[in-house]
Amino acid sequence: MNIHEYQAKKILAQNGVKILDGVMAESLNGALKATEVLGGKSWVVKAQVHAGGRGKAGGIKLVNSVEELKEAVKNMLGMKLITHQTGPEGKEVKKVYIEKTVVIKQEFYLGIVLDRNLEMPVIIASTEGGIEIEKVAAESPEKIIKVAVDPLIGFQAHQARELAFGLGLNYEYIKDFIKFTGALYKTYSQNDASLVEINPLVLTTDGSFVALDAKMGFDDNALYRHNDILALRDLEEEEPAELEASRYGLNYVKLEGNVGCMVNGAGLAMSTMDIIKHEGGEPANFLDVGGVASAETVAKGFGLILKDPNVKAIFVNIFGGIVRCDRIANGIIEATRTTKVVIPVIVRLDGTNAEEAKSILNKIKIENIITAEDLGDGARKAVAAARGELS
Amino acid sequence: MSILVNKDSKVIVQGFTGKEGTFHSEQCLTYGTNIVGGVTPGKGGQVHLDRPVFNTVKEAVKETGANVSLIFVPSAFAADAIMEAASSGIEVIVCITEGIPTREVMIAKKYVQKHQATLIGPNCPGIITAEETKVGIMPGFIFKKGPVGLISKSGTLTYEMANQVVKSGLGISTAVGIGGDQIIGTTFIDLLKLFENDQETKAVVLIGEIGGDLEIQAAEYIADNFSKPVVAFIAGQTAPKGKRMGHAGAIIAGSSGTASEKMAALSRAGVKVVSSPAIVGETVLQLLEN
Repeated sequence: MNIHEYQAKKILAQNGVKILDGVMAESLNGALKATEVLGGKSWVVKAQVHAGGRGKAGGIKLVNSVEELKEAVKNMLGMKLITHQTGPEGKEVKKVYIEKTVVIKQEFYLGIVLDRNLEMPVIIASTEGGIEIEKVAAESPEKIIKVAVDPLIGFQAHQARELAFGLGLNYEYIKDFIKFTGALYKTYSQNDASLVEINPLVLTTDGSFVALDAKMGFDDNALYRHNDILALRDLEEEEPAELEASRYGLNYVKLEGNVGCMVNGAGLAMSTMDIIKHEGGEPANFLDVGGVASAETVAKGFGLILKDPNVKAIFVNIFGGIVRCDRIANGIIEATRTTKVVIPVIVRLDGTNAEEAKSILNKIKIENIITAEDLGDGARKAVAAARGELS
Repeated sequence: MSILVNKDSKVIVQGFTGKEGTFHSEQCLTYGTNIVGGVTPGKGGQVHLDRPVFNTVKEAVKETGANVSLIFVPSAFAADAIMEAASSGIEVIVCITEGIPTREVMIAKKYVQKHQATLIGPNCPGIITAEETKVGIMPGFIFKKGPVGLISKSGTLTYEMANQVVKSGLGISTAVGIGGDQIIGTTFIDLLKLFENDQETKAVVLIGEIGGDLEIQAAEYIADNFSKPVVAFIAGQTAPKGKRMGHAGAIIAGSSGTASEKMAALSRAGVKVVSSPAIVGETVLQLLEN
């Protein structure tokens, strides 16, 4: 789960990470009130969407008067922000964060993320702050410093010093840097974060380290014990269809093609997309109905797939393990009756009770249900059906 | 021969008396698994499925001589269950439970390593040595005995591939579902080492997916150390970047973890990589016939 910058900064501040004063606003009035609360004459207006690259897309504006602020907030609220992380459709800005300004001496990058190979969190620092870290890693890897933190031991001062000296910091700043990094690691580990990223981290002219931006993501598996974080979930930032799917315990990702897929298990679901492509078609979605598919999940799955007007055929690919295929077959018949599926449905059921399932489907003879022998046969038929070459 | 588990393995089930534990223990018993008891704290002294229930793994090991544990404990307590098994002398720990906080798996894995035990999973279908023992939740009837070892990150895809291998006329020695989470107890390389030394296994099917680089590490290992033919399939060739495809670990981050990158690395290592998941069975057969 991801949260907004203003939410992340609040958590960071609670853990002793220095941030600038700021107020979130959802309207022009709110933004004007924010300037009164914050005081001063200049502020930064920042679009609050779950995506990086906001600055380049016009989602971050420095304003030097209330008039300029009005203009910026009016433009920003309701705009579709398109960055390299939002996709071409962009994300509508519904919240802005009004923040005080600071005079910057130097910018850095500081982030904490799980290193899957080391199986430990790594703290990543770079003097190349304010730009995409992936780009720095690709173009000048020598400018990236990493230390891995053993979760059984925790973050140690010498590791913070390694980062600080690696960044070329003057000795006078080291103490403050150790404090900042320690607070950041504490925030990461105590909240079961999957990512904490401060880009840029700035050294101000008065010699303190401040998180100018903040991005946080969390381990979904640990959310059950962090109700405070779960409460920060912004459902408007999530894909409506994916959100609906998750409510039914389904896992759905929309894609661009026209062959709808309904599969049990994530690996088999990905493979089903792959084989559709392999046979010359394009998958319309990833849909994992779970290892234990039931008639009910199949019906919900049909509902989700059919919401996509591009879908011209549906490939149901179920490998019954614990779940019995005959039950799934009955579920498919039930679902096609209740949800009125008019496009071809190619059904491949294998595994437990596959033969019984096949005879159920063949006996009932629903015109648009076409049975398939195996994975390859099912994919070929689904692709042909989507082209209108199979009736 | 086989790897990790065989008909002589003495298995206990942690979370034995729960709904999942009960159902799958029954299935395992039907397959022939030698379940010698179970653990459910607070229910020690009871008898469940004609097997003794213990309060602690230590007690279960002492009384039954168990060396393998199958875990169905709910996610909030599963990392603790893994560590209890490791500290009680269990050699092979199979954790089926999904949804364990990553931080806890990270710590539990280090603990397991310290005790020199093997952890399979979490969030996996388990291990099956065909026609001998099933320590997991896979549908047993698919797995017929034969010369092919199988290692897979995914559950139902494991069944699909095992089914293809069996239909081709071959069969499975041992199949291991290693799980698709970000941190897993045992990786491809660990199991390839075991398959290399297993005389029954003549070829290996390796099923990977997008995300991370375990398959690339496996490719490097295979190039230098693995003598048997390997067929590989990587799921997620059509997956978009930055979207998590079901499994926590199945996500293409930046430009790394893509299927094409993994397929190329495995091909370079001499692995027969197939781009269609429908021809794995026939491909293994061809390799073994040549």
